[in-house]
Parts: sequence; structure tokens; C-alpha cells
Amino acid sequence: MRYDSLLASVGRTPLVGLPRLSPSSDVRIWAKLEDHNPTGSIKDRPALNMIETAERDGRLVPGATLLEPTSGNTGISLAMAAKIKGYRLICVMPENTSVERTQLLRMWGAEVIYSPAAGGSNEAVRVAKGLAAENPDWVMLYQYGNPANTDAHYRFTGPEIFEDCPDITHFVAGLGTTGTLMGVGRYLRERVPGVSIIAAEPRYGELVYGLRNLDEGFVPELYDESVLTSRFSVGPRDAVRRTRELLNEEGIFAGISTGAILHAALAAAAKSHSAGERADIVFIVCDGGWKYLSTGAYEGSLDDAEGALDGQLWA
Amino acid sequence: MSIEVRIPTILRTYTGEAKSVAGDGPTLDAVIADLETRHPGLRDRLVEGDALRRFVNVYLNDEDVRFLDGLSTALKDGDVVTVLPAVAGGAIVVF
Repeated sequence: MRYDSLLASVGRTPLVGLPRLSPSSDVRIWAKLEDHNPTGSIKDRPALNMIETAERDGRLVPGATLLEPTSGNTGISLAMAAKIKGYRLICVMPENTSVERTQLLRMWGAEVIYSPAAGGSNEAVRVAKGLAAENPDWVMLYQYGNPANTDAHYRFTGPEIFEDCPDITHFVAGLGTTGTLMGVGRYLRERVPGVSIIAAEPRYGELVYGLRNLDEGFVPELYDESVLTSRFSVGPRDAVRRTRELLNEEGIFAGISTGAILHAALAAAAKSHSAGERADIVFIVCDGGWKYLSTGAYEGSLDDAEGALDGQLWA
Repeated sequence: MSIEVRIPTILRTYTGEAKSVAGDGPTLDAVIADLETRHPGLRDRLVEGDALRRFVNVYLNDEDVRFLDGLSTALKDGDVVTVLPAVAGGAIVVF
């Protein structure tokens, strides 16, 4: 396929079957390979759409400085687009993310400000909001509350999936900003009666959650619980186990968060299989495993991998 | 009937620092009421009115009970209940 520029090539990713991990020919699992996007993750979609929407609205003008709280992939996507379009980008990122993420951000020209490990992405959001208040001329696209994030998935990811798999019964994705699940979920619900929209969220160690008060929890503004039909919390052990299964059984080299999503997809597949119902289950491969090689997730015993991930933002 | 309930650090002041405690009851609500008899104050941190508090997530075998039957979710022997503070993904769709 031919495109006018790299930015024009975002999306239209392959949907591939998992013949070995699917329970039967009636219960099939399909992987949407979002690692095929220009910077290697699904985040190219919302990043580009947020920037182009802000340009159309006049919020973003030539030479502007962008500021974004990100634990990695959105920052990398924004950095690529900002470099091409000539914006300065400052990312606020938790200090306990993998070293490759910082290297990639700097490679594409972004500046990185670290937020404390304790509190994870919540803390990055808090720090970024403070910086935005001190620097009113900076533009914070704010992926957690920007409708253009959800819109990218409603307009593109959802229609692509429905076109490639009109018999879809379940859609499974990760719950971060919630943009993918909200956008694809709404699109599919309008077209597929009874479709299940399943969220998989990472369950981190205590360090990541910090010793904070329960009343300080953070729910992204984009989140609408009514779009979902179920929500799974997946720990690092199951996430790594599934990431390795995906590699060993199907040859797909994915990041650790994808393993967590596959874990929920396999739970849905097992339910359909035991109930004797047909199912076509589509799940998101968020990114490839390249950025996570240094985490130790791909070698050694599961115990070692689980220990190595303790305290890290692995997804 | 025994249900394992995993407690997050911030609530362990109610459980004598125990990471997990055993509860008994046919529903989540009943198990929380049972725990309250031995760990006074815990219920109020989890429940507000007749529902779970907004920033508290409770999982039955990794699945969020809000999408099952909430406090009325039926439990069976051997189930594992995990209590977690709600956070912004963190996030699985890698940001």
C-alpha cells in the first residue's frame, strides 16, 4: 500500500487468527496487530487524531509546545507526529517505566520530566496538570479526557474490526485512558446486538498504587462504565504467561500488556466453549515486545519474571 | 465455606496487617458483614449506602463485581476476592 506520508499510514492494521490458542473452530480468537502502526503501538491513532483535532480547533498553532502525561506509548506517538509537524513536546512520565521508553522519546526529540514512581500514572497526571497551570501557553492534549482519543477508535479502529470480522461476539482491550474500549465499544454496540465489550486492566504491586487514600482514586474522564460488559484485573504473572504463550504458540511477539488482554480473551473463550456457544473474539495487540526486553519478561522462570516486574509499570 | 479476601496495604490497619483474611457467606455483602465482626471499621471503607464506594474495586476471581451483581454477587467455596484502590489504568493500553 502507498501513502503520501508516514502520518497517512496510521491504522488499517491486520487482523490475524490464533488457530492454536482458539479452543475450537466454533470459538475463534483474532488478534488486531496494532504494533503495525508507524511507531509500533495503537497510540499512533489517538495521538494523531488529538493533534489534528486541536489544529482544526485552533488550539494548536505552528511552533507550539505540547505537554502530556504518559507512561510511554502515547508520548512516543506524539513525539513522532510533533517532529514531523514541528512542535516541541514535553512528556511527564513515571520514573519506573522501562528504559527503552525514555530512549525512544528522546530519539524522536521529546523532553522527559519524571514523576515519582509511587502513584504511577496518577502521579504523572497530577504533575502534568501542575505544569500546565504554571505554563498557560503550553497545550496539554490530555489523553485521559480528550474526546478525540475515543473518536479515533470510533471512526477507525472499530470500523476496521467490524469490516474484517462482521460476526464478532466479543471485543477485548486494555483499560488505560479507556479510549480504545469506549470508542470501539460504542461503535460495535451500535451494530452488533449483544456484543460483549471486555476490559483487561493491569494489577500492579503495592508500590505502584502508593500508600494513598482510597478517596484519591483517579478515573479517566473518558470512562463510561455502561459501555463495558465485564472488566478483568490481571496480575503480572498471568500477563507474562500469556505473552509467552502468544509467542510460543502463534509466533506473535507482543508487549506484556497484550498478555493481560489475551488472558481476559481466553477466559471469554473458555466460557463460550463450555456453554457450547459460537464466538469470534477480537483482542488488541497494543505493541510489540521490543520495548520490554530489559524487563526480564521474556526469559527465565515465571517466578523470576514476576519478581522482576514488581514495582514496574509493565503495561 | 471459606472465601479468601485479599486486602490492599491501605486497609491492613483493619486486619492487623494481614494481606488476606478468610470470610464466610453466600454473597459478597454477607462476606463483608462477616469480616466486619472480626475487623470493625472495614465495611465502612468498602461500602457506602447499599453499594461499593466509588474508588474501591472488588474482583471475584479477577473479574470486577460491578459487572457481575455488585454486593449481591454470589460466592462459592474457594473463590478469591481481591480489593484494590481504583487507579487510572496505569495502563494496559500502554500509554
